[in-house]
Amino acid sequence: MSSGRHFGPGVVREVRDVASDVRMVAIEPEAPAHPYPTGAHLDIAVVVDELPDIRSYSLVGERPVDGAYRIAVKDVPDSRGGSRFVRALQPGTDVEVSEPQSHFELQYGRPEYLLIAGGIGITPIVGMAQALERHGRPYRLLYAGRTRRQMPFVEELSELVGDKLELFVSADGRRLDIGSEVERLDEHGELYVCGPLRLRDAVQRIWREQGRRPDRLQFETFASGGRYAPEEFTVRVQDQGNREVTVRRNRTLLDSLKDQGVEMMWDCLRGECGLCAVSVVELDGELDHRDVFLSEDEQQTGETIVTCVSRAVGGSMTIDTGFRPEH
Amino acid sequence: MPSPNGRSEPDISRVPDTFKLTDWPVNCWYAAAYDVECKRELLARKIAGHDLVIYRRGDGRPVALQNACWHRLMPLSEGQLEGDQVACGYHGLVYNAEGRCTFMPSQKTINPAARVRAYPVVERHRFVWVWTGDPALADPDLVPDLHWNDDEQWAGDGKLIHLDCNYKLIVDNLMDLTHETFVHGASIGQRSITEVPFEVTHGRRSATVTRWMRDVEAPPFWKMQLEWKRGQPVDKVDRWQIINFEAPSTVAIDVGVAPAGSGAPEGDRSEGVNGYVLNTMTPETERSCHYFWAFVRNYNLNDQRITTLIREGVSGVFAEDEEVLAAQQRGIDAHPDKDFYNLNIDGGAMWARRLIDRMMSEEAQDERYRNSAEQSRRQEETVTRVEATEADAERLGIK
Repeated sequence: MSSGRHFGPGVVREVRDVASDVRMVAIEPEAPAHPYPTGAHLDIAVVVDELPDIRSYSLVGERPVDGAYRIAVKDVPDSRGGSRFVRALQPGTDVEVSEPQSHFELQYGRPEYLLIAGGIGITPIVGMAQALERHGRPYRLLYAGRTRRQMPFVEELSELVGDKLELFVSADGRRLDIGSEVERLDEHGELYVCGPLRLRDAVQRIWREQGRRPDRLQFETFASGGRYAPEEFTVRVQDQGNREVTVRRNRTLLDSLKDQGVEMMWDCLRGECGLCAVSVVELDGELDHRDVFLSEDEQQTGETIVTCVSRAVGGSMTIDTGFRPEH
Repeated sequence: MPSPNGRSEPDISRVPDTFKLTDWPVNCWYAAAYDVECKRELLARKIAGHDLVIYRRGDGRPVALQNACWHRLMPLSEGQLEGDQVACGYHGLVYNAEGRCTFMPSQKTINPAARVRAYPVVERHRFVWVWTGDPALADPDLVPDLHWNDDEQWAGDGKLIHLDCNYKLIVDNLMDLTHETFVHGASIGQRSITEVPFEVTHGRRSATVTRWMRDVEAPPFWKMQLEWKRGQPVDKVDRWQIINFEAPSTVAIDVGVAPAGSGAPEGDRSEGVNGYVLNTMTPETERSCHYFWAFVRNYNLNDQRITTLIREGVSGVFAEDEEVLAAQQRGIDAHPDKDFYNLNIDGGAMWARRLIDRMMSEEAQDERYRNSAEQSRRQEETVTRVEATEADAERLGIK
């Protein structure tokens, strides 16, 4: 595993609701909390269905506050159970947390920045706005959400950044026009986006269509759900005697296969590296690709599925994991 | 951050942290020498952390002994081969091929405890294989399959390279041949290697990576060979690389090209040329290893000129890897706080490493092995030295 995460003890200092369905949790690690790179996240050891597991949450703000790391967790009914665990934490509870790490760090030296957040995807963006503000760099922050009540940190941000913050609340009929926003961005500018899959897809497509350099678009991957709500499906493993495995709504395909003793390879668990991809031999229904490893074309052919994040929707499929026992 | 897609591992302790491991399994055969290196003279070589002295008996059978005299730990390789026995070059103690002492200076008897460890040895596929683990488990049927190296249907030769890197870095290197494009651009590399998809499969002790490149330009190394066989140049070819890993450290790569459309992908390779790149890596220390390789071909079998040309050509290609791998090991050592990131191309290497890890974890759980390792440690270190000290004490009249 490449993350090299080292867990240490910590204690919950504060919990506070920051939007109608978002709760902020402040965790003070036993080893002193230290400043971290923009876009950093914290891994938390959780228990889901009585099994130990790990969840990653972006850190809110540029640095620790009163010696504590702060995360914000949305209440997601279809989640795999991690949010339920974290939302149930109370002040004084002991937790195991990693050192902060960043895969989504702000690159300095660009003439202009565009930050786009969708819903709970605002969490890593808050620290970026603070950093850009502090360094006096030109930027704009576009924040989209369903209703105003569901959008955390609006007051704090508007106080900090003023009219550089623009809200797009779909319930109020204000929609984000990504195309014209990207057009306005300096040709050497960078865009940072975090939010649901549809938002990320749209931004990626527009970025490509406008002929922008791919490395100037940065996105965080574990914020995004799928195109469809997760539902239960069945998968037959062709190279394991067509063994049937049921993938529950709140469990990944990869974990479900591993639970049933199917030997799998994996690494990043964020749909990035492609190591857990398997061949789809037969499909009854549709694939909900949630990875960033397969290209758009590869996703459309439906021959491969990245099992750590992607799912089938409605029905079942047959896969081949490449197991070829010696004679 | 957002909740829906955190990471998930059902058991934190089972995270596949394979790249952190720096050791090797011991209950397996490791190549210790090329057949031509094992002669009627003493060869010193460290194999999987064991210092060995290797030689041949008069009847040709190879021998591997611990390379340290029981008496004062003088390397036996500095001594003399006397018939089938080794005489220490310091005080003249003599050991037979089983490691038993047969002569001690200035005394009529021989201390019955005096011996050096003799390792199980097998000669097969042109290599001398040594078993450094539990000798009770040393089954010759477990020698890795490199039969092409000693088969009348195939001709070729190879070499041994000493490399300043962990042996697993060579496993990684061979399990992912996209590096050919960048490291070996002048000979066997070509863009299409990085452009066509590949398939990774795995078994219980093996992993395979298969890649077919259809209707491509043959790189210089293969263009030349196809012309040697067919007597005329060929325009486009179908090229294949089928990499077979056998745990812990043997990789046999089925490689070749055939004129495009002549049926090779469908199974008829008769119009093409086929070779095997045979590789077996033997750990020396955690940061160095012995890399034994050969290239064999299935055409113009009696043409020694081709054998020599290819051997020297491949040798030049592997010198390019040598530099990269040593530099990579230095990079790893310089960044102890960093881990590898893995790409999809590393799938074959990751399976290989998992199979190596599995061998090691099975050994760790095998009580028979634990006992035997414990016993041999007592014999090798504690007992031998304590006995020597007590004998000394007695002789000096202290006891």
